[in-house]
Amino acid sequence: MRILEGRGVTKYFEGLRAVFDVDFHVDQGEIMGLIGPNGAGKTTLFNLVSGALPLSSGEIRFKGQKISGLRPHQICRMGISRTFQETKVFGNMPVFQNVLVGAFFGSPSGISGPDATREATQALEFVGLAAMGATPINDLTLVNQKRVEVARALATRPEMLLLDELMAGLTPTEVGEAMELVTRMREKGITILMVEHVMRAIMGISERVMVLHHGEKIADGTCNEISCDKRVIDVYLGEETHAGS
Amino acid sequence: MDITRLVSTHRKLLLGGFLILILIFLATFPLYAKAYDVRVLTFILIYVVLAAGWAMFSGTTGYMSLAPAAFFGLGIYAMAILQHNLPFPLIIAIGGALSFAFAVLVGLVTLRLKGMYFAIFTFGLVVFMTEIVQYMETRLTGKHGQSIIPIDIETLFYIMVGVAVATVLVTYLIRRSRWGLAMLGIGGNEEAAEHMGVNTTRVKVFTFAVSSAFMGAAGVVAAPVLIYVNSNIAFSLYYSFLPIFMAILGGMGTAYGPVIGAVILGYLDTTLRSQLFNYFYLGFGTIMVLIIVFLPSGITGLVPLVQERIAKLTAKSRKGGQGQQHANT
Repeated sequence: MRILEGRGVTKYFEGLRAVFDVDFHVDQGEIMGLIGPNGAGKTTLFNLVSGALPLSSGEIRFKGQKISGLRPHQICRMGISRTFQETKVFGNMPVFQNVLVGAFFGSPSGISGPDATREATQALEFVGLAAMGATPINDLTLVNQKRVEVARALATRPEMLLLDELMAGLTPTEVGEAMELVTRMREKGITILMVEHVMRAIMGISERVMVLHHGEKIADGTCNEISCDKRVIDVYLGEETHAGS
Repeated sequence: MDITRLVSTHRKLLLGGFLILILIFLATFPLYAKAYDVRVLTFILIYVVLAAGWAMFSGTTGYMSLAPAAFFGLGIYAMAILQHNLPFPLIIAIGGALSFAFAVLVGLVTLRLKGMYFAIFTFGLVVFMTEIVQYMETRLTGKHGQSIIPIDIETLFYIMVGVAVATVLVTYLIRRSRWGLAMLGIGGNEEAAEHMGVNTTRVKVFTFAVSSAFMGAAGVVAAPVLIYVNSNIAFSLYYSFLPIFMAILGGMGTAYGPVIGAVILGYLDTTLRSQLFNYFYLGFGTIMVLIIVFLPSGITGLVPLVQERIAKLTAKSRKGGQGQQHANT
């Protein structure tokens, strides 16, 4: 079943074509990778889905309902949560309160105080930061701040999660841990759409991959199909990756 | 018995007792104080409302509002216009409601402005109000300024105590609630807050309006204290800047920080300013610069620092005592 579907999704920035006529869909329960060179429009597409930016034309549907045109908090409450490429944590709060914001405001109906606390605690445990709840968020390393963002997104109880370069700048060990985290989230039943440059991670855990180039979709398919696609190799992967796979 | 431990275990009780003492002091003050001192304290309470009201919105969300004077002045003019027609308590309610409605309007238009632009707009709003009220007043009444029928200072004092307590109480309750968490989220990172399900527009506009309502109500009560008002007095930018300085001086990390700042600066303002006009501003400016450079979290920001120091000292002395015991055995 298609949980997220975009038709003719287009975004112009003052004449600059950031995303152009992209048709895409994400199936329920899968991990889908979104790759492409820098400036290909990956983060812009994320911002269009999450409501951070309005579409120039086209439409996006979530579980059959049109979400393009809604505001980010409404889209979040419908069940799509996200993390940010450049971490956007609440610098004026400790770790736990960061996650608590997601727990309190992310669900469609009201949530009681104790329930929100429980939800936030579980989310922090899930990403392995339960012991750091009282620490000021700015004292955390970048890796851990990214984990807090994941926990905060999880606390909104999403059905779908958009991960924007979760693994950028991580060491190989940390990439392994992050891959494990993403897989565990999928096992919880959360559909995942992830932008990533770390090919090992994308090819390792995603079922399908979509490739953007200059704002247009140039390919979409299983990892094997993508890594053999002539255009994708030309614009993004390069010969070596192909040879290696 | 360890004093620090006693303080930390009975913290709530001590705090409650302290608050009751303050309330008793306020309730009995007019019974033994001179009328002049009651007037001074009434003015301090007005500043408490303005500073706590300002911090309620700007202190948490980080939106720098320079508009307190606009809403305070609106309250003053509500009193000036309605004083002959309606009972005083009703005018206070109307002053609050008017400011609330006006703030909703202003907020819906301007709260999409970020950072400096919002500050400049709210600054302009005060200037605009001064001019438009002056223009309308001269057009309609043919004169500039209005005198307000005096009301005895004791009554005004007690009403002002009520408004101030309500403002601080509401600030405190908001801070503890999920609404306060949403405001902090907006202050921390607005885009992230919006993406985590916070209806940022609604939270901002509503909080802005609530804080303005208290400022408007304070304006109504302030009018008879001022006796004569014109648009330059009512919408004086002094009422915008002073509360901000008070909130910064006291510290915005807690609900009571702005209150402490307002009491200190308010007292100096009402007593020293008239006597030592130039020196007052000189000293005031110097202190403000020092505070912002060395103590950006204000006077209340000192509390955790002092607590830490005491904890370290007691830990050290306890260790020292243990060492001695060992030596004796």
